Amino acid sequence: MIARFFLQNMDRRGGIFLAIVLALALLVPLSNLLMPAGSAFHVPTSTMSLWGKYLCYALLAISLDLVWGYCGILSLGHGAFFALGGYAMGMYLMRQIGSRGVYGNPVLPDFMVFLNWQELPWYWYGFSSFPFAMLMVLAVPGLLAFIFGWFAFRSRVTGVYLSIITQALTYALLLAFFRNDMGFGGNNGLTDFKDILGFEVQAQGTRAALFSMTCVMLAAGFLIARGIVVSKLGKVVIAIRDAESRIRFLGYRVDRFKLFVFTVSACMAGIAGALYVPQVGIINPSEFAPANSIETVIWVAVGGRGTLVGAALGAVVVNWAKTVFTSGFMAPYWLFALGGLFVVVTLFLPKGILGTAEALWARRRRPASAPAAEPAPAE
Amino acid sequence: MSFFYRLLHLGVILVALVAASVASFAQNADEAFRRLAADSYSDTTRAVEILVASAHPNAGLMVEALGDGRLLAGPGGVVVKTAAGGLVDARTGQTLAAAPEGLKAVRLNNSVRRAVQAALGGLSLLNPDPGKRAAAAEAVFKSRDAGLLPIVETAIGKESDPRALAALRQAQAAILVAKPDAQPLDRLAAIDVLRERGDQEALATLRALSGEATPALRDAQAKAISAIEGRLRLWDIAQNLWYGLSLGSVLLLAAIGLAITFGVMGVINMAHGEMVMLGAYTTFVVQEAIRANAPWLFDWSLAIALPAAFIVSGAVGIAIERGVIRFLYGRPLETLLATWGISLILQQTVRTAFGPTNREVGAPAFMSGAFDLGGLAITYNRLWIIVFTALVFLALLAILKLTPMGLQMRAVTQNRRMASAMGIRTGRIDALTFGLGSGVAGLAGVALSQIDNVSPNLGQSYIIDSFMVVVFGGVGNLWGTLVGAMTLGVANKLLEPYAGAVLGKIALLVCIILFIQKRPRGLFALKGRAVEA
Amino acid sequence: MNSNRREFLGTALAGAAFLGSSWRPAAAQQETIKIGILHSLSGTMAISETTLKDVMLMLVEEQNKKGGVLGRKLEAVVVDPASNWPLFAEKARELITKDKVAACFGCWTSVSRKSVLPVFKELDNILFYPVQYEGEESERNVFYTGAAPNQQAIPAVDYLAKEEKVERWVLAGTDYVYPRTTNKILEAYLKSKGVKPDDIMINYTPFGHSDWQTIVSDIKKFGSAGKKTAVVSTINGDANVPFYKELGNQGIKATDIPVVAFSVGEEELAGIDTKPLVGHLAAWNYFESIDTPENKAFIKQWQAFTKNPKRVTNDPMEAHYIGFNMWVKAVEKAKSTDPDKVIDALPGIEAPNLTGGTSKMLPNHHITKPVFIGEIKDDGQFDVVWKTDGLVAGDAWSKELEGSRDLIGDWVDKKCGNFNVKTNKCGGGA
Repeated sequence: MIARFFLQNMDRRGGIFLAIVLALALLVPLSNLLMPAGSAFHVPTSTMSLWGKYLCYALLAISLDLVWGYCGILSLGHGAFFALGGYAMGMYLMRQIGSRGVYGNPVLPDFMVFLNWQELPWYWYGFSSFPFAMLMVLAVPGLLAFIFGWFAFRSRVTGVYLSIITQALTYALLLAFFRNDMGFGGNNGLTDFKDILGFEVQAQGTRAALFSMTCVMLAAGFLIARGIVVSKLGKVVIAIRDAESRIRFLGYRVDRFKLFVFTVSACMAGIAGALYVPQVGIINPSEFAPANSIETVIWVAVGGRGTLVGAALGAVVVNWAKTVFTSGFMAPYWLFALGGLFVVVTLFLPKGILGTAEALWARRRRPASAPAAEPAPAE
Repeated sequence: MSFFYRLLHLGVILVALVAASVASFAQNADEAFRRLAADSYSDTTRAVEILVASAHPNAGLMVEALGDGRLLAGPGGVVVKTAAGGLVDARTGQTLAAAPEGLKAVRLNNSVRRAVQAALGGLSLLNPDPGKRAAAAEAVFKSRDAGLLPIVETAIGKESDPRALAALRQAQAAILVAKPDAQPLDRLAAIDVLRERGDQEALATLRALSGEATPALRDAQAKAISAIEGRLRLWDIAQNLWYGLSLGSVLLLAAIGLAITFGVMGVINMAHGEMVMLGAYTTFVVQEAIRANAPWLFDWSLAIALPAAFIVSGAVGIAIERGVIRFLYGRPLETLLATWGISLILQQTVRTAFGPTNREVGAPAFMSGAFDLGGLAITYNRLWIIVFTALVFLALLAILKLTPMGLQMRAVTQNRRMASAMGIRTGRIDALTFGLGSGVAGLAGVALSQIDNVSPNLGQSYIIDSFMVVVFGGVGNLWGTLVGAMTLGVANKLLEPYAGAVLGKIALLVCIILFIQKRPRGLFALKGRAVEA
Repeated sequence: MNSNRREFLGTALAGAAFLGSSWRPAAAQQETIKIGILHSLSGTMAISETTLKDVMLMLVEEQNKKGGVLGRKLEAVVVDPASNWPLFAEKARELITKDKVAACFGCWTSVSRKSVLPVFKELDNILFYPVQYEGEESERNVFYTGAAPNQQAIPAVDYLAKEEKVERWVLAGTDYVYPRTTNKILEAYLKSKGVKPDDIMINYTPFGHSDWQTIVSDIKKFGSAGKKTAVVSTINGDANVPFYKELGNQGIKATDIPVVAFSVGEEELAGIDTKPLVGHLAAWNYFESIDTPENKAFIKQWQAFTKNPKRVTNDPMEAHYIGFNMWVKAVEKAKSTDPDKVIDALPGIEAPNLTGGTSKMLPNHHITKPVFIGEIKDDGQFDVVWKTDGLVAGDAWSKELEGSRDLIGDWVDKKCGNFNVKTNKCGGGA
């Protein structure tokens, strides 16, 4: 039955996406670990960790697409949930350093010794245990989203107002985490990680495993999101996106549906953040910056809003472009390219890459099929 | 001219000083000249003191020149470069054709500058200009130099101008309070004078009460301090309100253009901050042009920059509207993405054209400095910004209420389709509205260039706050924006002394989030069907 | 929803991009020696870092005119980490693995350095870090050519206490690790000199703080207690302009309450009208106004390179100048660009600085530098009012802080960045 929930009506697009992601999960680490460095089939470790990062972003994009593309909630603060998940993971990794920090303090992380903290703040307790930290990865963003959504959706804050207060939320968190008095390492954040579950974070094997894990979680996130949107609940959610008042008049408790989707999405973003931190090696408050959240929205728009696969695709494409353009002769001008990309996509590809590609295919196919057959509207 | 007068009056002072001075003048002055040539700050400071005490006829000339960096010294002697560019031998007062070899300008540091100020204070206490006398008395007040007490008292005897007289009395009081061997009764009276003055400096002077004080004196001091502190506490609240007002007006200025575009068109213009930045850079360009071609116009540079900034930002705004946003109506959230892209492009364009570093925008004379209003310290630039904001606000209000275009804009805001059905060309109104909103942002840029960095990042630092203001005040309502900006500004400044700048801001953001729950459409929400559109 | 091949397109695109990125040609030419330049060219830090990129390009060009290093030409590889800290790590990895650079020059903020640190350690390459920083670090792969706190902060406070007779202190800073640490060190230092806790006020503001009205008036208030007061400012770059503008407008003159800054140099002053600021101070290891032949030549070269006769020079630029020359000498000494050999060759290398002395790379990977105190002049330059007699050796670990008092960095004998001289063990720990 669970399988049915996830796999019902799986279309080919989703199938191909899943197949690719799972193939990556298997093949890339294998090729990285087993193939000799010179071989054409060898994936260098640096490429692997770079793509691990992209795929974390892809998971974040899917979580945003779930609320924006299907429920019409434009969150300009999804980076906050991502960062909170990242911080939970970062705190676990900090505690794993133990006495190997530069000051050799067995309990306190370096930055606390450095600023004369005498004891571990209470909210750091428990993070030395991996299961607890993983629970927090889900619970902290989830709880914040729940509380925030509880208030916002019940008082029917919608549209632009909601977007702006989500931005205020992440901005407030940004300022808070910048404060050294908060006990999260201030501007420098958490870094210099050593071990995860007893394995060295930097080791090739660990990286390969983290990459696989990211792929698996991306696939799982996709399946959950898809499971939600194709279910009966998903139908209501989509209806809310299209005509909120009508659904309310039909007797549905709109706020509860929204709250559910929003919370699930925040947890998903938290997982993405947790996977991101050990692969990047640092988590700091700049992840809360409103600009980062806006960029996430742009990935989704570029890939294709309301398609899930498109969101993931957009995240990968935009970040890959960023990697390419920030090196070499393009480096001083890459913001032109990035800015131009956003303008062009919104003007000429309103359905994103995926939506437009599908529309093109549909137009080409139309003469062959029955003339009445309209292309299916974007889901 | 004034320095001839000063020389004249120097004689009077010197008579007083000579009485106090023990050693002979020639010997002392020689030592001063030697020390000036030594190129050491402590020697220079000492030389200034000796010069003043030595009653050398050129002492005033030299000290003034030293303060302006026009005093040259070296083994070959000491020479004063006059403000007009001529050279005068400091020892003899003769005009020189050329400076002796090996002279270098005597260098200053803060302690030298302080000594110069104190000396000049003493030297110009009898200046014919009452304003200068008051300023000199203020300098003596700050230096509390006991050596100047005789001159201060002489000056009090001759003073006729009430303002200068009050300043002189305060200077005398400051010296007496700081002078351990003064008569206790005099000191008691001095404490009263300071209590009367009642500002931060008076407090500082009172706290510096030195030497063995009688219990009565201590008591008077404590009472005076607590009286001043009590008064200052009240003024503090007023001061914080003023700061809040000034921050609020900056927020209003930055946000008001956004309120228009946002309200009328429902467009989230992420490039709004860049319009502000363009305005600031326009100011920079205008000032550079003025500096290069017509320096006498400099005090008018901001007035010239205003229309220029309005036109530049407005034109860019119309170009954006016609080129991009026009195609995105009905998809408000997507304009967010497109304008974000535009903002990146604009930032990088400015960075490429002007370089990534800050640009210097000067302040015209009328915008520099501060004045005291009761216990309030009011800086001119903030004052002008508040005035300017009020003018911009009123002008916008007038445009919206009184002009046909304003009428059409309001119509489109309330119901776009109905307005269109009534024959209003909504496309044209959109372009004009966007141009107006952007132009106002450009005006904001001119004002912000006076208090903030003129750098490519200027706009970014205001965009989030602007959104908060608009959302808090309610979309589509100028009065809402006004109240929103002022509330946020004042709340921020009242919180800051207790919570600190960061926590205060966080608290405010949380308050806005909670407030929006209570009133999901801001303080002054538009009523009617338009809101659901 | 009818599905068909078209869906394949999008997903295949991702796959193709993936493979494409791993097929990029590896370092094609072996003739040139590549040097990575890791400075932000966009985003908030571009304001400071772009200049350093230009300086590196100039130094590389100069070196190539002299024939390069070991008979090979140098090639600068420029990337833009866009003031984005994780992107710093990504770009560092790219420079080392893809471009195979022999050394990197880069970073400005501490967080960017912390972000790239694991990458440099893992891939064993060299980073020259040119900015004054909070200390408390000594890594095998990093060479710190900027000032440690004992090369900037403490001499400045000594100067104020001695020359300006300051008894009351405002420590104002941006809330991040450099001001926090510097203020901590200064607080401990001042207290050890007998300053009462009441006479020290510490204030932190967020990045880019632009409304200084309240804080400046607080400073004014604090300064009216009848004792000579000074402000020690660790306020970060961008926030300084509005801070100084407010100081000038509220009429706080240097003769009343002097402000000594550690992050304000010629570059920052270029954006302000400095007339109201005359007399305020800054402490650095280099000022453009220092009159030596080396410095004159450097300024001339820089203005010719940037084709701008008004371009100013500043302290971090000098740090790159020293660091680059040290690297060149170390490569020549090691007769190899292999980072491992160069790292071993670097300690002990001497290179002239621009202020007439010779800086030396120490075993803790910091360098010796002179300390200057300058007063702001009305033309945006500094007038040096005080300097140390000789050069000051950079301490990786502060002597004023409890946790680090016994630690030293020594990569020559002990091969350890945090060697505890009390317990004689590597790895910190009391």
